[in-house]
Amino acid sequence: MTAAGAKISVQGVAKTFQSAAGDAVSALGEVDLDIAPGEFVSIVGPSGCGKSTLLNVLAGFEEPSQGEALMDGRPIRGPGPERGVVFQEYALFPWLTVAGNVAFGPASRGIAADEVAARVRHYVAMVKLDGSERKYPHELSGGMRQRCALARCIANDPDVLLMDEPLAALDALTRLSLQDELLRIWSEASRERPKTVLYITHAIDEAIYLSDRVVVMSERPGRIRRVIEVPFARPRAPEIRTDPRFHALTDEIWLLLRREP
Amino acid sequence: MKGNRIGNFCWRLALPAVLIAAWYYATEIRPMLHPTLLPSPLAVLRMFWKLLWNGELFVHIGASLLRIFYANLAALALGVPLGLAMGLFRPVERLLDGLLSIFRPIPPLAWVPLSILWLGIGTTSVVFITFLAAFFAIVINTIAGARAVDRLHMRAALSLGASRRRIMTHVVLPTVASYVFTGLRIAIGVSWMSIVAAELIAASSGLGYMITYYREALRTDAIIVGMLTIGVIGLAMDLATRRIEQWLMPWRTGYHLA
Repeated sequence: MTAAGAKISVQGVAKTFQSAAGDAVSALGEVDLDIAPGEFVSIVGPSGCGKSTLLNVLAGFEEPSQGEALMDGRPIRGPGPERGVVFQEYALFPWLTVAGNVAFGPASRGIAADEVAARVRHYVAMVKLDGSERKYPHELSGGMRQRCALARCIANDPDVLLMDEPLAALDALTRLSLQDELLRIWSEASRERPKTVLYITHAIDEAIYLSDRVVVMSERPGRIRRVIEVPFARPRAPEIRTDPRFHALTDEIWLLLRREP
Repeated sequence: MKGNRIGNFCWRLALPAVLIAAWYYATEIRPMLHPTLLPSPLAVLRMFWKLLWNGELFVHIGASLLRIFYANLAALALGVPLGLAMGLFRPVERLLDGLLSIFRPIPPLAWVPLSILWLGIGTTSVVFITFLAAFFAIVINTIAGARAVDRLHMRAALSLGASRRRIMTHVVLPTVASYVFTGLRIAIGVSWMSIVAAELIAASSGLGYMITYYREALRTDAIIVGMLTIGVIGLAMDLATRRIEQWLMPWRTGYHLA
């Protein structure tokens, strides 16, 4: 099942929760998934299908009830800086400025102060927040907050980026422009070392536009219904949104999501 | 913007001005009440001037402020560690919650008789009563702060590679600090109210004592000087703590500035 050299390997991972009434609720069915180094994989699925649970397992926030999640062939035990997480709610530290937030990871890992400062400058510029270094998160718009969260994550130079609906809280226009920004930032950050991305979303067009592969999940308890290869070459431009193949893919995924199990 | 601000300021002063004018009218122009019941604003101002220049007012203000300071210092020193322990460790909370819940509804002033018996009349007694008022405000807010640490902030810090120690100093502490500050602001407010009441009975200095003293001398003008001084200082302390909060924690109050 496991491809040799997979960056992330999910093997028979399932998760059941204890409900308030005391009975076991299955949130995530058995899932197998391999992600190659440098690959961008999206997961789409209906609400409550367990896609966020899967991400939390990979981030090390939750333990699977069954199966195992591996990174570079080693089981994932708890959170770690080699797996950066970007949250839908940004999760920026409100008591730190933009620069303070971006510096948090490198400083946590004992990197020298001048090197941390250099990284902050580099990544703040990469997400185009230069000039806002000394602002606090509450002074930023939603889009700027997510740029800041992205910079905080990438400044730590993780191998794997786990993104949990990062653009879901933004308005439609900001969202479209940030999709392009995300691709640009990802490719810039991947120049030194390829970065593997697992991207959770419920927007089908977003998944197609960004990813190499789209994983379509079924309703709770979530299982993989199909994995779809996206045929468009990189770098991607907004024009592919009008490509007939783009619409065909959207329809295909839409039908998969609508179909009763 | 600036004109708006001045307008706002005038609007705030409108009602006090009307009140003073009515007071002036009812005492100076067409006296309706005996000066012992309500002295004129001019008499109050003269008395204020006198108490200011003979230094009496400063002595009492100083005594009250010093007690507030001691009481809140003690409340912080005891309340913050206790609140942290209760907020972070369940067994400590189970152990202490019952006791705290019983003592909390008792108004600090109900402690006056016991306090006089145990500690006598004077600074110790007043500080003790004021401390009780401040202590609960700080404990309750510290507990709330320790519980308010955002799970997402915790997860973000962990996945950025922060150690337990760093999470304590860089995530838990900033969250708790802002709650402690809210607690301190409330504590200063309630301790200012309870100190004056405690000094009415259990002290021989302070603004509360000054008011009782002049009640016995039937000097209503001095009583009113004492009351207004309390109001103005209370207001000044609240404004000052808010300023300090804005300065120390710009991320909290920034919403109002934007």
